[in-house]
Amino acid sequence: MIWLVGAVVFWGLAWALNVWLAGSRMGQRRAGRIAVATLFGVTILVLWEGLVRGFAVPPVILPGPSVIGPTIATSLPVLWADFVQTVVKGALTGFAIGTAAAFVTAIAIDRSPFLQRGLLPIGNFVSALPIVGLAPILVMWFGFDWQSKAAVVVVMVFFPLLVNMVAGLQATDRLSRDLMATWSASYWQGLFKLRLPAAMPFIFNGLKIAATLALIGAIVAEFFGSPIVGMGFRISTEVGRLGLDMVWATIAVAALSGSAFYGLIAWIESRVTFWHPSQRG
Amino acid sequence: MKDTLTTAQPVIEAKGLQLVFQTRDGPVHALKDVNLTINRGDFVSFIGPSGCGKTTFLRAIAALEHPTGGSLTVNGLTPDEARRKRAYGYVFQAAGLYPWRTIAGNIKLPLEIMGFAKDEQEARVARVLDLVELSGFANKFPWQLSGGMQQRASIARALAFDAEILLMDEPFGALDEIVRDRLNEELLKLWARTGKTIGFVTHSIPEAVYLSTRIVVMSPRPGRITDVIDSPLPRERPLDIRDSKDFIEIAHRVREGLRAGHADE
Repeated sequence: MIWLVGAVVFWGLAWALNVWLAGSRMGQRRAGRIAVATLFGVTILVLWEGLVRGFAVPPVILPGPSVIGPTIATSLPVLWADFVQTVVKGALTGFAIGTAAAFVTAIAIDRSPFLQRGLLPIGNFVSALPIVGLAPILVMWFGFDWQSKAAVVVVMVFFPLLVNMVAGLQATDRLSRDLMATWSASYWQGLFKLRLPAAMPFIFNGLKIAATLALIGAIVAEFFGSPIVGMGFRISTEVGRLGLDMVWATIAVAALSGSAFYGLIAWIESRVTFWHPSQRG
Repeated sequence: MKDTLTTAQPVIEAKGLQLVFQTRDGPVHALKDVNLTINRGDFVSFIGPSGCGKTTFLRAIAALEHPTGGSLTVNGLTPDEARRKRAYGYVFQAAGLYPWRTIAGNIKLPLEIMGFAKDEQEARVARVLDLVELSGFANKFPWQLSGGMQQRASIARALAFDAEILLMDEPFGALDEIVRDRLNEELLKLWARTGKTIGFVTHSIPEAVYLSTRIVVMSPRPGRITDVIDSPLPRERPLDIRDSKDFIEIAHRVREGLRAGHADE
């Protein structure tokens, strides 16, 4: 009971403190905003711990942060090996190949109306295939190791970026294109000096969607066969052994790396598209 | 139609020019039997109601539209060839500056495309920025400047590669009257200093009379020329010339021409 009351009281206090912080002058500054976000995160952990202990939730249903934390600390080598296998080798490789392929395909489609009619429907068709059907097939084709995971990621990230980039390349107005024409600019000059820069907000939207899909694809693909390392492998085997603390530790690593990857892309976006009304602030 | 200035060299020549757009509602005669000669150093304004083909004619000179009949030459070449030889700079109704480039970067853009050397680019940008009095704003982005300043930057961009013809499609149409007056005055000074041939599309009678050595009055459906007026005003024109008798007489004749074009329908 004391845990329940304590957690709720802490929640109330933190809430009040955050409301005051956000409203105060400090809340406008960078340090203030970080403090508000940190306090919010800490509150969720405290509330979680309090509720788990207060209601005596069995650790198989939901372990508290006080169980997950030490698990992370003691299994760092395993978690690191899983991270390298799934995020670095599977997700990032697949992301790089898939986005590069989408980039080249988008320009090919842009150059040729014939390809636009042919390739876009095929891309659409492939992206509509269910990942749980596709993953086992790709595992058979490319083997158990990270290559098959990267292949799944390629299929998943290709289409969102392709669609966004094709739309972005068509997003210039007539005036901007007429200007290029009066200077007798070649196709490639028009592409690099006008249409690619103008497409950047679209491209980054595609990249942000692709970033979240890449991690999901790499983890889920491991459910269909993998060596004895990797985040998807860890989750599926630890669930079978009722090692839910390890499952949650892996989820924490996945969430952190996914957020970091997304944040990195959003940060690059704010550098590249500083001129766009949505970024000018 | 008369064609008086014969001593000067012709730069743009249109003979029996036709331009028909095929639309879903059938063909539209944007230009019908247009004959006009523009000489070197002329300041020619095109005035008329919407749909009279004045913008289409300017775009045809720039090879942005392609005539369906008659002949059109720029320096004796086809518009396409003339464009590749950088015969003209084009100023549109909106400034059309690319928002990811600074003012200097925007002016540099046509120079990059045409392959000028790096230091030559810098020198030219500095020179034309000075010409339009924007020297302090080289490193600003377009969205940090007022509409009038953006339009001046776009004129600087059209001047940067030293084309001898300047084509301007209602460049000051979106600006308020005070800014427009000032830019008109600056444009005349610039014209006097550079000796360029200017084709200028406008809706405004005072603007056309104040700026031009020749005024081409056009009327719609089909787009055609109804009058060509050679201005007796001197080349040097203070703003108060607009109260002179000559000025008012020309303005009257332009207005009559526009009215006659409407009466034909």
